[in-house]
Amino acid sequence: MKSAVIVFPGSNCDRDAAVALHQASGKPPAMVWHGNSELPDLDLVVLPGGFSYGDYLRVGAIAALSPIMAAVIRHAERGGAVFAICNGFQMACEAGLLPGVLMNNAAGKYVCRHVAMRVEDTLSPFTAGYQSDQRISIPVAHHDGNYFADEATLDRLEGEGLVAFRYDNDNPNGSRRDIAGILSANRRVLGMMPHPERAADPDLGGTDGAAMFRSLVETLA
Amino acid sequence: MSADPNSIAITPEIVAEHGLTPEEYDRVKSALGREPNLTELGIFSVMWSEHCSYKSSRVWLKTLPTEAPWVICGPGENAGIIDIGDGDAAIFKMESHNHPSFIEPYQGAATGVGGIMRDVFTMGARPVANMNALRFGAPDHQKTRRLVSGVVAGIGGYGNCMGVPTVGGEVNFDPAYNGNILVNAMCVGLAKTDRIFYSAAAGIGNPVVYVGSRTGRDGIHGATMASAEFDDQSEEKRPTVQVGDPFTEKLLLEACLELMATDAIVAIQDMGAAGLTCSSVEMADKGGVGLELDLDKVPQRETNMSAYEIMLSESQERMLMVLEPGQEEVARQIFAKWDVEFAIVGHLTDTGRFTLKQGGVTVGDIPVRPLVDDAPAYERPWERTAPRAPLAAADAPAPKDMGDALMRLVGGFDGCSRRWIWEQYDHMVMADTIAWPGGDAALVRVHGTKKALAISTDVTPRYCFADPVEGGRQAVAECWRNITAVGATPMAITDCLNFGNPERPEIMGQFVGCIEGMREACETLQFPVISGNVSLYNETNGVGILPTPAIGGVGLLKDASQRVGMAFPEAGQSIVLLGETRGHLGQSLYLRDILTRAEGPPPAVDLAQERRNGDVVRGMIRSGLATSCHDLSDGGLAVALAEMAMAGGLGASIELPESDVAPHAFLFGEDQARYLVTTTNADVILAMAEASGVQATVLGETGGAELTVGGCLTISVAALRDVHERTLPEHMAGSASN
Repeated sequence: MKSAVIVFPGSNCDRDAAVALHQASGKPPAMVWHGNSELPDLDLVVLPGGFSYGDYLRVGAIAALSPIMAAVIRHAERGGAVFAICNGFQMACEAGLLPGVLMNNAAGKYVCRHVAMRVEDTLSPFTAGYQSDQRISIPVAHHDGNYFADEATLDRLEGEGLVAFRYDNDNPNGSRRDIAGILSANRRVLGMMPHPERAADPDLGGTDGAAMFRSLVETLA
Repeated sequence: MSADPNSIAITPEIVAEHGLTPEEYDRVKSALGREPNLTELGIFSVMWSEHCSYKSSRVWLKTLPTEAPWVICGPGENAGIIDIGDGDAAIFKMESHNHPSFIEPYQGAATGVGGIMRDVFTMGARPVANMNALRFGAPDHQKTRRLVSGVVAGIGGYGNCMGVPTVGGEVNFDPAYNGNILVNAMCVGLAKTDRIFYSAAAGIGNPVVYVGSRTGRDGIHGATMASAEFDDQSEEKRPTVQVGDPFTEKLLLEACLELMATDAIVAIQDMGAAGLTCSSVEMADKGGVGLELDLDKVPQRETNMSAYEIMLSESQERMLMVLEPGQEEVARQIFAKWDVEFAIVGHLTDTGRFTLKQGGVTVGDIPVRPLVDDAPAYERPWERTAPRAPLAAADAPAPKDMGDALMRLVGGFDGCSRRWIWEQYDHMVMADTIAWPGGDAALVRVHGTKKALAISTDVTPRYCFADPVEGGRQAVAECWRNITAVGATPMAITDCLNFGNPERPEIMGQFVGCIEGMREACETLQFPVISGNVSLYNETNGVGILPTPAIGGVGLLKDASQRVGMAFPEAGQSIVLLGETRGHLGQSLYLRDILTRAEGPPPAVDLAQERRNGDVVRGMIRSGLATSCHDLSDGGLAVALAEMAMAGGLGASIELPESDVAPHAFLFGEDQARYLVTTTNADVILAMAEASGVQATVLGETGGAELTVGGCLTISVAALRDVHERTLPEHMAGSASN
């Protein structure tokens, strides 16, 4: 699998994602600077967590307009896989790769803790390593993870089986219909607020996220 | 401020407004050989402020031990450095941001975190962990909720954006902090021992470079504010609080680290308190050179800034560097890549003078040496704190119900879970935090190695108030114990010494006493002080805080797989108490929260016993004999057992041993140098303890859903957890006032 992690100036989970990819695939991903406007030939692009350009305005809004994002969109349009985690999910929504938007957490506070989730889709390259309805625990760390879309969009996502993960009676941010992660229509773009790269090493308190990286390596190899 | 403040004549009133005494002003004049202009007066006033010059504390700080074979750099630089083997160094410091945080809690706390991270990355380290030590007033005081939520959000807001995990800390509530909260922030970074950067300027003619945010009018006189008492009008000082921009600091961090990988930097210093003034003067003084600045070159956020304002601004996220000649372009390109302002603002000279030019005119010209060396140092009068009479047994009776007392302690504001706080901090980013907040010490892996750093912040202010010497010993000892309890070897500390007005002899006596106790503990435990900060004048309308010498300790665990936590691991293991229990209830949490009294002396700290007991416990952990460990502190044995049970979600059944100590004193007494461990090998543990002369008793066994102390109490772990977890969220959800 050929993969890359996009590095925005305020990314801070880029290294964590690279470590998890390296461990799963045996080789380090390319680290691609946000100012580039081209991507090398890749199977997977990771939009990592962090505060891309400070996120003092609407989260992810500036990143969605960065030079590299146009290349990421072209990569997705070619059917390339995009793994959009936390701030990456926020950018992916702003860039139109995924529907909806991430609003301030309902409690108005930053939240960092493990959350209980349920796997709802097992057909994507990200989620093929799970059983349907499997209960997993993965950490969140965000101030703006409150997923919102209009009712018609939510119905469509559910109808097409594009809700990848749902909080399992443990919604940390007020997301509509407990949505923790969604897929694009072709299931090649996954956006999720929880951080699977923080749950891929037993020393960090759990390995429920490791299956995502393993499954990507197997599916996209 | 008029366009040319230097045309203003210096009057005694202006001198007083700058916090200088008439005697200090005479020293200014003799250092200059003439009257200063206003800019020069401003420079002297910040350099000689308590905050920058340590004029009341210096003579005492010198008595602290600062050396050990593993110390690379002790106090005097931006942060202290220890050698952790394999070419790795840990760089750390703790600093206060008390006064600004009381006035504007979010920005005050945020910029405190930003400032301490700059101190660490200035030296070439990537920050890998933040910690904090917080003190607030009474929980029901009208300002407390607003201050707690603001400070916590500010600490999180800055650290989370920087992508540096906030891995732990400590919080106390006490009415003594109603008018002066304490926000002490600590940062730990990692560097290679052969790539450490210092602040001594060198190379006459070398360029002086300014990087980071532009200079604005914010924070002018912050250092002076931090060197005076508060009164009812203090909140009018809000404009002197700086505003933080963590994204810019993240860019500054990455750009500085990238430049540090080259050989372009001669010296580097962050602009913290007293901004451009303090950084320039310290670099010049350490290098024994002169320094000339062209203020027209300083990047400015606002127009028409005077020399006075530029020199005294405390705008955040700025650094000053001296570069090797010819390296300007290399550096400029790196900062351009990260979109960080870069400007050559001056050069080093052989004049030994600090010279400021603006509009082609000299607006300040001060000899460097006297600015630093002639700073006043006071041996302020002090009174030793009177010893407390021992607490009579009759004054500390048993509670009506032991179980109820335990529930009140684990649900009380000083004993309850701090989860509401630390869940607002990203404590996992960088994916190396292997022991989270809530344990004895946080553990952060040295990335890519088997090693981990153990970090803890500690002090028990009520002990320090009752007996400063014993309190000083205890603060260091507890920190050492917390690091030991996860299996690590304690290496060194940073300190943040928070006290009231040093001009009052009883306050100075608290300071002197705490230092004395700290010194003894640091010596016996081989736990030297390698950096720190002093915050005095934490008083409002003449009422001081409790003496609060916060200790931030760092330890090393060479093989992180040997660590233990405090959670009971599984049913059927033996629970062993190590150390001597005498049932000391003076100044205990039990006395304060259950009996609502605050009498007697604090528990005595026998440092030799601390050392012996801790070394034995660490051996038990590393050999795998101890499967979990917890040190005994606030609330004694009962609270420690409850915390281990709650952490593990597993009960225990114990019996108190035969002894002369009353059951409630055995359960709630706060005798020092004690640990609880669990083991499947009690015989070996007991033999090890006996061989080292450490008292050890098997109390019982883990298992079940309840914590039972025979004849005293039975409580379900679920009920303990419920009361422990509920207190803070429920309180904070109450209506915030003010």
